[in-house]
Amino acid sequence: MNVGAEALTPRRGRSGRELMERYGHWLIILPPLLFLIIFFLIPFAFALKISFAETAIRVPPYTDVLSITPDKHIHLTLSLANYKYLLTDEVYAVSYMYSLRTAFFSTLICLLIGYPMAYAMSRSSKATQNILLLIIILPFWTSFLLRVYALEGIIRENGLLNTALLRFGLIDHPLKIMRTTFAVYLGIIYSYLPFMVLPLFATLEKLDHTLLEAAADLGNPPWRAFLDITVPLSMPGVIAGSMLVFIPAIGEFVIPSLLGGPDNLMIGRVLWDEFFNNRDWPVASAVAIAFLVLLVGPIALYQHYHVKDMEV
Amino acid sequence: MSERYPPMLFSVLCFGIAVLYIPILVLIGYSFNSSELVNVWGGFSFGWYKELLHNRQILNAAALSLEIGVVASTGAVILGTLAAIALTRYRGFRGRLLLTGMVNAPLVMPEVVTGITQLLLFVSMLQFLGWPHRGFTTIVIAHVAFCTAYVTITVQSRLLSADRSLEEAAMDLGSGPVRAFCEITLPIIAPALAAGWLLSFTLSLDDLVISSFVSGPGASTLPMVIYSKVKLGLSPDVNALASIIICVVGFCVILAGYVMRRAERRRMLEIQMADR
Repeated sequence: MNVGAEALTPRRGRSGRELMERYGHWLIILPPLLFLIIFFLIPFAFALKISFAETAIRVPPYTDVLSITPDKHIHLTLSLANYKYLLTDEVYAVSYMYSLRTAFFSTLICLLIGYPMAYAMSRSSKATQNILLLIIILPFWTSFLLRVYALEGIIRENGLLNTALLRFGLIDHPLKIMRTTFAVYLGIIYSYLPFMVLPLFATLEKLDHTLLEAAADLGNPPWRAFLDITVPLSMPGVIAGSMLVFIPAIGEFVIPSLLGGPDNLMIGRVLWDEFFNNRDWPVASAVAIAFLVLLVGPIALYQHYHVKDMEV
Repeated sequence: MSERYPPMLFSVLCFGIAVLYIPILVLIGYSFNSSELVNVWGGFSFGWYKELLHNRQILNAAALSLEIGVVASTGAVILGTLAAIALTRYRGFRGRLLLTGMVNAPLVMPEVVTGITQLLLFVSMLQFLGWPHRGFTTIVIAHVAFCTAYVTITVQSRLLSADRSLEEAAMDLGSGPVRAFCEITLPIIAPALAAGWLLSFTLSLDDLVISSFVSGPGASTLPMVIYSKVKLGLSPDVNALASIIICVVGFCVILAGYVMRRAERRRMLEIQMADR
């Protein structure tokens, strides 16, 4: 005991500095780590907990899952009713499939439009490239909500498109685009096209053009060289761009809510309605947890292994 | 590189750019329309802009959004930079995998899910700790949480490409790690900090979903007001408001890009001069 204390005393003078050297890096690591644990990770535990609760008319509007009885026993009431409800009411299964389908096809269309755009950009001169890049990036910075609203101005019944088509006599009645599935697709493609073009451009720009020349020298027609060389080499960009469109499109709320009709039930909108209109917090929590497991889980796993593959 | 490509490609490029820009340009055009009907051109007027100046609801919401944006993006830059330094400089600390995960998760997490989970945390915290009340504080915390991710990724890539030997040289010459960081590393990563701040600011200013979940009565941000106005139907003053926001943000982005490119060029030039 005494020996230990004596051994410690002479080092006292340096200990401040030594402590800094040994534990100083925690001063950098801890603030973001703790903040994100408390305000990003722990919330999911609360959502999980409340998804097992039942709706109640009180503030906050759900029953206690964990409670301490007067005789100091911890009481755990898990109700699986919410998850059962998700399985029995077909709205949830339908909107889940609908979200997947909508996100998949809009990603595909974005790819079909974005690929030629990125390809054309990559073949331009450096000066043109810089201007085109700015043009593509600028909408990415402007408000998402306002861009969806701007699109509404074009496609609504008395919007620019219908006015112009009627004026030129191409149609007799205004086209109904707003509140249809088509409008939802249009909205997603319009909003997320830059996310597809940018990563595609990044990979296409780095493409080694001598490979294409070699293919041409060996007598391959350009389309053959494109399919055999350009497309495989641009796959990382295709995957990155598709993920950047697909992932936010699945959980999209603003677009189906503002442009879609009542039957365009995407899962984000269902969750929103459950929470704000039905004020059913436990069911909304259960939807969030199920959503997390069914959609975000696989994506996160895929990315995890994909990144590992790339590192190898 | 040749600028010759098939006309097909060129037309797709033009089509894509037109799709991106026509709605915005039309919106700006409509904002000067004196008629309340969208399909009738009633002449050029600044009427909707003047009306905006007298709309208390919109002005209050704009002030709240700007305030939240400044506080949240400053907080996100501080936390995000710390996280980026932690992830690039300290390889093997406990919790590294967790931090990496939490930094990348907001990028794939649907906003509705983040929003509802954070709200449930805030509600439980208020119940047991008496803090925080839903409104300004909760929106700022929620925005910091997702903006930190974007800042971390921006700063991380810059730190990875930065030359670490300069900082080591400074420390060998006897300056402490804090001083070496402030005088050497900070100026190198400054453009990334600025970009991260701007990105966070626009993300915060634009956020509707997360804010709607975690906000309380009385605290309506600009996107929340715009959303409810648009949802209710036509409101030409939103055109004017949208035009102002789009033009200001567009101008700032172009200006920031220009300033950063010039600073970068000057730095390159200085490096070349120093090498000589």
